[in-house]
Amino acid sequence: MSESLHLSYTVDGSDFTGAGRASAAMKRILREIGVDMDTIRRCSICMYEGEINMVIHANGGTADVYIDENGVKIVLCDEGPGIEDVERAMQEGFSTAEQGVRDLGFGAGMGLPNMKRYSDEMAIETEVGRGTTVTMTVHFPKGGGDEP
Amino acid sequence: MKHSVTLDKERCRGCTTCVKHCPTEAIRVRRGRAHIIEERCIDCGECIRVCPNKMKKAVCDPLDRLQEFPFTVALPDPSLYGQFRNTDDVNLILAGLLGMGFDMVSEVAEGAEYISLATRTLLAENHELPRPLISSGCPAVVRLICMRFPKLMPNLLPLIAPFEAAAIKARKDAVARSGLKPEEIGVFFISPCAAKATATRYPMSLEERVVDGVLSMTDVYKELLSTMKKAPDPAPQLCKSGPMGVGWARAGGEMAALPGVRCMAVDGIENIIRILEDLEDGMLPDMDFLELDACNQGCVGGVLTAENPYVSRAKIRHLTKTMPEKRNKALSPDTFAVQLELVHAPSWKLDDDIVEALRKAARIEELRKQLPGLDCGSCGAPSCRALAEDIVLGIGKENDCIFRLREKMQIIAGSDKADDYLPPPFRRGEKREKGASGENE
Repeated sequence: MSESLHLSYTVDGSDFTGAGRASAAMKRILREIGVDMDTIRRCSICMYEGEINMVIHANGGTADVYIDENGVKIVLCDEGPGIEDVERAMQEGFSTAEQGVRDLGFGAGMGLPNMKRYSDEMAIETEVGRGTTVTMTVHFPKGGGDEP
Repeated sequence: MKHSVTLDKERCRGCTTCVKHCPTEAIRVRRGRAHIIEERCIDCGECIRVCPNKMKKAVCDPLDRLQEFPFTVALPDPSLYGQFRNTDDVNLILAGLLGMGFDMVSEVAEGAEYISLATRTLLAENHELPRPLISSGCPAVVRLICMRFPKLMPNLLPLIAPFEAAAIKARKDAVARSGLKPEEIGVFFISPCAAKATATRYPMSLEERVVDGVLSMTDVYKELLSTMKKAPDPAPQLCKSGPMGVGWARAGGEMAALPGVRCMAVDGIENIIRILEDLEDGMLPDMDFLELDACNQGCVGGVLTAENPYVSRAKIRHLTKTMPEKRNKALSPDTFAVQLELVHAPSWKLDDDIVEALRKAARIEELRKQLPGLDCGSCGAPSCRALAEDIVLGIGKENDCIFRLREKMQIIAGSDKADDYLPPPFRRGEKREKGASGENE
């Protein structure tokens, strides 16, 4: 009886203010499904950071969300420059963002570390010059939704 | 849930203006009339504000209810002081209220000062309360949080509202002055908005009502225009509040009463929803206090006010700069502690069972993709997505969408020209009919 829901979003790479749209749309649906607030928050942060990364580094991409009764899987896919050194990219504070982007308050080198921190599982597939796919999973706490 | 926003059913034309503007998507048009989905309404008053036919009203008491009590007290919201272009004299406004037949005046601004001082104490001494604390002064915001942001409910300031603090004190003072019993005193709040009108009738944080009636600020304003002219000159010294309390009438005023505190003031319900979303996701900078006013410009922007909110906000700023400081003595926050715990009122949940909820969500997505995505509102719902939800929740049908209906009609009529059945903005032209002919590219 595994019921699953697939949501699909396009992340526009030309516009900073557009980042966060997929995260907001996903959040609304998670809330309607009755997912507990902490899980919603973790998913939102993962998605938001991912959106920002795709806008800053990869000129946008796609975000796919798969939800079933066990949890949420977020797949972010772009055709950007790829990540040269994944290990370094995972270090807090490391960023290859340009100065202009940093002046806007982004590119603090917390994107990937936060995504790792707030997801239960994270996998990065990347090829320089071809693009990056980040897959994150957030499990629902046992016992289903909460009643605050 | 109980509300003060109602609809004049006779005069509603069934346009979708309010449906489109409702921040919680609580309105649907059915059979030519707008209907409010009670569980979703937060009494913010946006629908009253935008109604082109002025069909929506905030329920208030008629002025002749004053006759029911041997002794009456007026409780003016501080926003009343911003309604009069021609006077800076708060005493004159208060004298005008006495001229209307009230036996006593007790300012909500004074209650606001007590609450501000108690908030300072809480922020300085109580480190167990979560940060940021969120002002509980705007009942529409409190309702919104209880409904949509339950995780933030513990952040709400655990103090009663200024009008409640003022009402409790007013009744005591009136008993002392008149020698009557507490129930013989009629305490009337002069409200700038629907949300506060509701909050007086159905208190969220007090065990019982402390206000006997609510008057619309517009109704009172009209009376005051004549009674203020007849007031003694100079007006007697009636004003007991200072800039701190009066400032609550405008956005940023409550924040201004908390010097040295990291805080932010947000006005306008849509802006507030965005900020609360960010706060819930942990994306706001560290803050100790959030002042949130559902109406643009704060309470002076309430739907029951008479003056343009920008003009009255400027007036309030002017008053707070020129009024003498009359600091009330700080009382312990316990004096103003809330008596009831707030209750989470979920209204955005598809089903209690997550598997069933997922099934419904999947169906909503599927329907949403089939609907035209124009958000035209002709089905009576605010957007195609909302209609998809309504269909799944059983309060809407697929044929409610006029485009879907037209497609069906077209099939029945046997016409191959969809455009014959569509109004000009929605005709799809060559692209649809000629398909692969490539005329568009």
